Amino acid sequence: MTGKKTVLETQDIVKYFYSPEKTQVLKGVTFSVDRGEFVSIVGKSGCGKSTLLYVLSTMDTSYEGSLYIDDELITGKSPDYLAFIRNKKIGFVFQFHYLLNEFTVLENVMIPALKLGEHSREEIEHRAMEKLKVFDMQTHALKKANQLSGGQKQRVAISRALINDPLIIMGDEPTGNLDKKNTDIVFRMFRELSQEFHQTMLVVTHDPEFAAATDRVIEMEDGLIISHGAHRS
Amino acid sequence: MKLGLITSIARALTTARIRQTMVATAGVTFSITMFITLLGFMNGLNLLLDGLILNRTPHIRLYNDIQPNPLQPINNTPEYKGSYNIIRSVKPNASRENIYNSAAILKTLRNDDRVFGVAPKISTNVFFNVGSTDVLGIVNGVDVFEENRLFNFADYVSSGNYMDLKYVPNSIILGKGAADRILADIGDVIQVTTSQGNQLQLKVVGYFQSGLKDIDAVQCYASLTTVQKMIGQTSSYVTDIQVKLNDLDQAPEVAREYEKKFGIDADDIKTVNAQYETGSGVRSLISYAVGITLLIVSGFGIYNILNMMIYEKMDTIAILKATGFSGGDVSKIFITIAVSIGIAGGLAGMVLGYLACLGIDRIPFETEAIPGVTTFPIDYSIRYYIIAAVFSLVTTYFAGFFPARKAGRIDPVDIIRGK
Repeated sequence: MTGKKTVLETQDIVKYFYSPEKTQVLKGVTFSVDRGEFVSIVGKSGCGKSTLLYVLSTMDTSYEGSLYIDDELITGKSPDYLAFIRNKKIGFVFQFHYLLNEFTVLENVMIPALKLGEHSREEIEHRAMEKLKVFDMQTHALKKANQLSGGQKQRVAISRALINDPLIIMGDEPTGNLDKKNTDIVFRMFRELSQEFHQTMLVVTHDPEFAAATDRVIEMEDGLIISHGAHRS
Repeated sequence: MKLGLITSIARALTTARIRQTMVATAGVTFSITMFITLLGFMNGLNLLLDGLILNRTPHIRLYNDIQPNPLQPINNTPEYKGSYNIIRSVKPNASRENIYNSAAILKTLRNDDRVFGVAPKISTNVFFNVGSTDVLGIVNGVDVFEENRLFNFADYVSSGNYMDLKYVPNSIILGKGAADRILADIGDVIQVTTSQGNQLQLKVVGYFQSGLKDIDAVQCYASLTTVQKMIGQTSSYVTDIQVKLNDLDQAPEVAREYEKKFGIDADDIKTVNAQYETGSGVRSLISYAVGITLLIVSGFGIYNILNMMIYEKMDTIAILKATGFSGGDVSKIFITIAVSIGIAGGLAGMVLGYLACLGIDRIPFETEAIPGVTTFPIDYSIRYYIIAAVFSLVTTYFAGFFPARKAGRIDPVDIIRGK
């Protein structure tokens, strides 16, 4: 395993839901993701795969166990620091695209970078344009986000996830809300990111076809990982 | 965190709900407009009514009061010196009405730094002889120029020119009420009899109207020399010295000082007219209370609209948080929205309030009771604008504070998973 660097690691994550009654959703999840890996998490509805993803995303902080991102213990850090980690090291792609309708496509892509504030506005604009070009969305740059189709929105969302060159991209059913044609496009984009840019990605999906094309498939059932999958690289 | 990003997001959110934002801004605008108009109008009236009395009242009045001598002979008798002596039926001693050594006192007063101006005055009772009847009046002999400089004499001379008192020998300005009673027109010559029995012909050169009927019915004005001539006294004869200070608040203290220094009686405006200050104080308090209530009510409007906006923009808040905005950043966005509404509404309100004041200032308001006033009075003091600006910011900040805190605490996972 020399030369492989761990990007994300969990130790014995346990989580409960308290409403309507106390139920254990995650029952001790331990796994890790290496740099450059394209990993998918599959499982039936309610197996806890989305819940796990939100714990990993640092947005959900009420869990037991420990989470390391980039070899740094994230569990127990202040909300402001977690926001910074999300901004700098994690890119998100959600099932429902979640663009800000008040802004143009270009501004949507730029906002996380403006928040990070590591580059000048001109440079960020240039970089955002580059990211849009990768997904052939540059012609829509000045449209409002709500003027786009679902597939287009998801492509913009992926561009946004990439703007700060994150350590890892997390996706929650990124193709779950798209038709066949757009699913194929988004799917192709993920594969391209993995193969050409060696982007580390962790995607929750229930689409077997999507999962089959990833480097490693983690299977979950009833709050536990039942298979860590084979490293295929 | 760069402020520019927060404000540009705040701007995008408000322009997306432009109608709600306009309603909230209109609320603030309305309340600030009303606040400024109300206070300007109310205080304009206050100043006018107070001025009716206070402008014409000297800050300190020096005179010889008619009173018993505090030093009765029995107190000087050695065997009763330590006793508590009760004397019944004490009578005032025949004190002189005029002020002793008035020229020296006037000179001392004029050299005092605290004194704005000094106007000597003589008051004397006269009868106006009209046919077979006599009408009682009081003639005030005044230094016309100083009387006008210190007490706005000209404002109360409703017809005729007040300077004629100085230039026309043996002239008089009659109180409007007195003039009506003795049927004297401007230009007429009337006959007066002084309390000493002297008879004199005086020419009416104007009417005096203070707005207080009791005063207008008896008070008349003539020049100092005319009155001195009427009562057959020399040019140093003065019964009152009226003092106007630079600072009204010093009046009681300075009055005590003069009383001791010159050995005469001194009344100060604060003691004599305390009820006027109390009255205007209470009126101002009421208008401030109404104005501030208006602002607080508009604050609740902003609170509601921001709360609604937060419910509508849950997705936006969630995505901002997911992409790295902290709760504090999100709060700042909503505080920025609230305070922007405050600034925009406040500025518009101040402009509209000023215009409303200008408008009221043009409404005709003519009354017999208050001479020299043709339109409603307005106070344009900058103070109300400053208070309005501060309050519009403070109320909108607090109206935004609680919704903003709520927005900052929204859990993005709930929103993103909830779909």
